[in-house]
Amino acid sequence: MTQAALKAEPVPQEVLRADNLHLRFGGVVAADGASLTAHAGERIAIIGPNGAGKTTFVNICTGYLTPQSGKVLFEGRDITGHKPRDIARGGIGRSFQLPQLFLENTVIDNLLIALAARESSWQPWRRLDRHPKADEMYHMLEVIGLADAAERLVRELPEGMRKLLDIAVALALKPRLIFMDEPTSGVSSREKFTIMDTLVRALDHSATTAIFVEHDMDVVSRYADRVAVWTGGRIALEGTPEVVLNDPDVQKNVIGV
Amino acid sequence: MRFDLLIGALVFCAVAAVPFLMPWASVMITLALGVGLAVLGVVVLLRAGQISFGHGLYYAAGAYTVAFLVQARLGLDILLLLPLAAIVAAAIAFVFGFFAVRYRDIFFAMINLAVSMVAFSLLEKLYHITGGGDGLNVARPTLAGFRMGRVDFEFWMFYATLALVTVVALMVARYLASPLGKGLEAIKSNETRLEYLGVSSNRMLHIAYALSAALAGLGGGVIAIVTGHVAPEFAYWVRSGEFVFIAILGGAGNVVGAFVGSIVYEIIRNYAAAFAASYWQTMLGFSLIAIIMFAPDGLTQLRFGKKNEARAKEPAKKSTSENGITGKAVQEGTR
Repeated sequence: MTQAALKAEPVPQEVLRADNLHLRFGGVVAADGASLTAHAGERIAIIGPNGAGKTTFVNICTGYLTPQSGKVLFEGRDITGHKPRDIARGGIGRSFQLPQLFLENTVIDNLLIALAARESSWQPWRRLDRHPKADEMYHMLEVIGLADAAERLVRELPEGMRKLLDIAVALALKPRLIFMDEPTSGVSSREKFTIMDTLVRALDHSATTAIFVEHDMDVVSRYADRVAVWTGGRIALEGTPEVVLNDPDVQKNVIGV
Repeated sequence: MRFDLLIGALVFCAVAAVPFLMPWASVMITLALGVGLAVLGVVVLLRAGQISFGHGLYYAAGAYTVAFLVQARLGLDILLLLPLAAIVAAAIAFVFGFFAVRYRDIFFAMINLAVSMVAFSLLEKLYHITGGGDGLNVARPTLAGFRMGRVDFEFWMFYATLALVTVVALMVARYLASPLGKGLEAIKSNETRLEYLGVSSNRMLHIAYALSAALAGLGGGVIAIVTGHVAPEFAYWVRSGEFVFIAILGGAGNVVGAFVGSIVYEIIRNYAAAFAASYWQTMLGFSLIAIIMFAPDGLTQLRFGKKNEARAKEPAKKSTSENGITGKAVQEGTR
């Protein structure tokens, strides 16, 4: 590609394009023509009732599930059906509804293992905590407000801190896109804004595109650039938070007003 | 870590004094250190939460490698025989590992057991090659170029083994603190996260598996040289179980545990067998029950466990007051 062609690319670059995904487990339709496009720097919220296929969509995009038809393109490359670890290495991070952490390790070790994974630095003669870029992870702990807990075992942390750490571990890979499955579930309503503020700061800091599944409409209206309403395994409605959250159908079926 | 080093140094000094204080015990301790190497191999896998009930296979692989090489009359020195024992064991584990590391927990334990029992019966049946149930004799090789009589050999072999064990223990301790070693703990607690970090947990376990087999092979090599004899029992499942037993006795928390455990085990076995010939296994059983009840992290962790708790308390209190994000778990942690 020539320099001119590079420049001619549209400015909001397309990061993810999920195209017409289908997946059914026996009689259950988990994805029924699900499509979504995300552009660089966007924060997209996925909302919808339980069983609408929100987590399935995330699982397909991150390689845990393979769709029966349809395609997932990440930065133009087809990643449909790739293994989770190949997709992770390719630049897509993920956090989980239930934090997936190394419980018997310290907070900082969780991040340092992620760092070693990112840098492929597995030298058996160097201690993990002597990694030349370890400072970067301590800095990350400061950004997410867990610096004081660095030496604590994850097993002892309260849920809110685990949620943050789970996302931080995903961010430690420096993904260009991150999927977050309910970043504020299981967290008290008092803490949710604190957590989201910290999170958004971390996302801005690393210029990461984010797609998050969320049930809390306060969080959605405050932090999402765009909202996609999921029902029956596909998008029913898509748009800015103001438009989507004021839609009568959405209010009735999703928010339950 | 510093505390582990202190324990290690203390144990090293105590062991190093044995030939002078209790010369009659030095062969016993040499054997215990050799077995300790195999136990260390089991400990490495325990870090990943995996138990192998078949490490007798790699122990025997190392021992028979030494026996074959000595019988071939190549005039190889101990300094060459032992690395070769480790390499052969690691090579077998590397090949079998492609199969074994795809399994976890009970399946991993049983597959190892099954393969070691195949090896045991082969060693027993292939009479012309392995000497069958009688095993093979291992003539005393040279040590660093010197041919020695029995007394000198036992003395110097003791220190050679102690030096070997010290170097190996330090290397394994470093490995366990490295990203690869911490990765083993990660395998134990959350493989899902590891995969989503782009890491193949199987490959990580494969490396640990080959390393742990090398350790077992090294141990088998030492035992073959010191006892001058190898037998199919080296690969028998009771032997493999003994390694696991000792690993739990000594504790998997640090590398010293394997050797402390194996020395204690050897002492109990020798003295209990002398004083209560028909009850010594019962005594071993009771000692393991006591360990599991009172020091679940093993002998070397008796005090260390308390220290860890105390360390965890301080930052917990700090963050409750400063961070604002508090929860039940914090209070539970501080209690």
